[in-house]
Amino acid sequence: MSGHGTGSTLAVQTDTRPENAMHFLKDRGFAIPSSEVTPRDVYEGRRHLLKLLAMGAAGATLSAWAARVALAQSTTARPNKLAALPGSHSSVGGTMEKLTPYQDVTTYNNFYEFGTDKSDPGRNAHTLKTRPWTIAVEGEVKKPKVYDIDELIKLAPMEERIYRLRCVEGWSMVVPWVGYSMSELIKRVEPTGQAKYVEFVTLADPKTMPYVGSRVLEWPYVEGLRMDEAMHPLALLTFGLYGEILPNQNGAPVRAVLPWKYGFKSGKSIVKIRFVEKEPRTSWVKANSGEYGFYSNVNPKVDHPRWSQATERRIGEDGIFQKKRPTLMFNGYESQVGQLYAGMDLAKYF
Amino acid sequence: MSAVLKPGASTIVSARSPARAKPALLHPVAKPLLFMLCVLPFVWLFYGAFANTLGANPAEALIRSTGDWTLRFLCITLAVTPLRQWTKQPSLARFRRMLGLFAFLYVVLHFLSYAWLDMGFDLATIAHDIPKRPFALVGFTAFVLMIPLAVTSFNRAIKALGAKRWKALHKLVYATVLLGLLHFFWMKAAKNNFGEVAIYAVVIAFLLGWRIQQRLRSA
Repeated sequence: MSGHGTGSTLAVQTDTRPENAMHFLKDRGFAIPSSEVTPRDVYEGRRHLLKLLAMGAAGATLSAWAARVALAQSTTARPNKLAALPGSHSSVGGTMEKLTPYQDVTTYNNFYEFGTDKSDPGRNAHTLKTRPWTIAVEGEVKKPKVYDIDELIKLAPMEERIYRLRCVEGWSMVVPWVGYSMSELIKRVEPTGQAKYVEFVTLADPKTMPYVGSRVLEWPYVEGLRMDEAMHPLALLTFGLYGEILPNQNGAPVRAVLPWKYGFKSGKSIVKIRFVEKEPRTSWVKANSGEYGFYSNVNPKVDHPRWSQATERRIGEDGIFQKKRPTLMFNGYESQVGQLYAGMDLAKYF
Repeated sequence: MSAVLKPGASTIVSARSPARAKPALLHPVAKPLLFMLCVLPFVWLFYGAFANTLGANPAEALIRSTGDWTLRFLCITLAVTPLRQWTKQPSLARFRRMLGLFAFLYVVLHFLSYAWLDMGFDLATIAHDIPKRPFALVGFTAFVLMIPLAVTSFNRAIKALGAKRWKALHKLVYATVLLGLLHFFWMKAAKNNFGEVAIYAVVIAFLLGWRIQQRLRSA
């Protein structure tokens, strides 16, 4: 149960009953044809068989069914580096794409509190202390509360969600996150009518984060969402990846994951969640409002002022000489989140 | 450890020093040695690209390192003349052309890796991409300005142009290095990360400032 590295043993109650996993099967969001699936021999034989079935041996209906069952039943192979954090497999936003190797997911990070080079966080974040850790939920809510991290972990059943992650810099990954929908927490604290936005404040501790003193950004790193965005089932309050607790460099002990937005919207190592009436002034908007907007939805049609957003390079998978792949609208989650932005000029609200 | 020193050993040492030592710079292996040194980053990147040792995003690593090396070689090339004067080693000049051509090699690799790895050699996309982004346009201009310098680097070109015109033409290197620095600055501005840019800026300001000072003194 407990891995190397962290002394903490996490006793997480997870509900793996299939009927619970089935709640999420309505929302599929397969933007990628199942023909792109690469089978992984690490999976148990049953899943492999179902996957093969899904790859087209059977008819379209049967293959879709098989793919969903395969997703609902399988667990990702653990790297055995940190304490286990299993989650029942959820198909919310589920993709059948090949997972980005754990090695790449944990050594290629943007986490400026530990350095601006993408290899810095993996080297420097070991100084972060994730226990004790509290998350203050406050502002326009009827039941404000300071949660202990271990209490927050038990708040709702853990799910494994395989999401695409698209960085604003033009690269992407596929990561099996572990967490639950943010809405689970939001419902419990009962936001008032004044709560129009959610603000995420992350840790800024100069003692454990060597680059917090740097002038790269204003600290603490602040991110935000509109209430309806935060309530969307895809918005994940995330505690783990690859079936284990989050490595420090990936935002331990708790972070946001918003797969239809550029990666920087997903704040890491969260210490405060505030419900507010006005649109939060996020760190990147403060640093450069001409280049980074509050919404920052993945959009291949709206370029960054200094580079195109039409294509992306998939880390660990696309060979060095391979052409970059096209970026999908809302990172491929348009059918789920498109209605949140109906009627909005996305070039203006970028 | 009892040393078995021959009685004549000390005289050999003393006999060598007073004579005007033939500078190592003129040694026939000096140039090949420098060549090997300059080609090392290329070998390392080439190997890394195929052995997959350039990290999670090898394309980005390749594009960035070739850019870094271009700027480094431009600085090294521009440092030859000041160094030659301070150290009173006129023979340093024989390495300048090679160093300049290595700057050109790395800028060609830089442009090619961008055109290939980022743009898939799609000329229409490249033609659309460069003018749209000031940062890319500045870098591309710096690259274009280096082409006439590389093309006129051999002895016959110098003779054909005449030393005066050749010298005038090669003043383009000053524009190139400044545009290269601006390109790098703009790239790093994304993360408000100017530490490395500041180091290059100081070095380049020094190298160009020294030339201005020389000019003022001789005027």
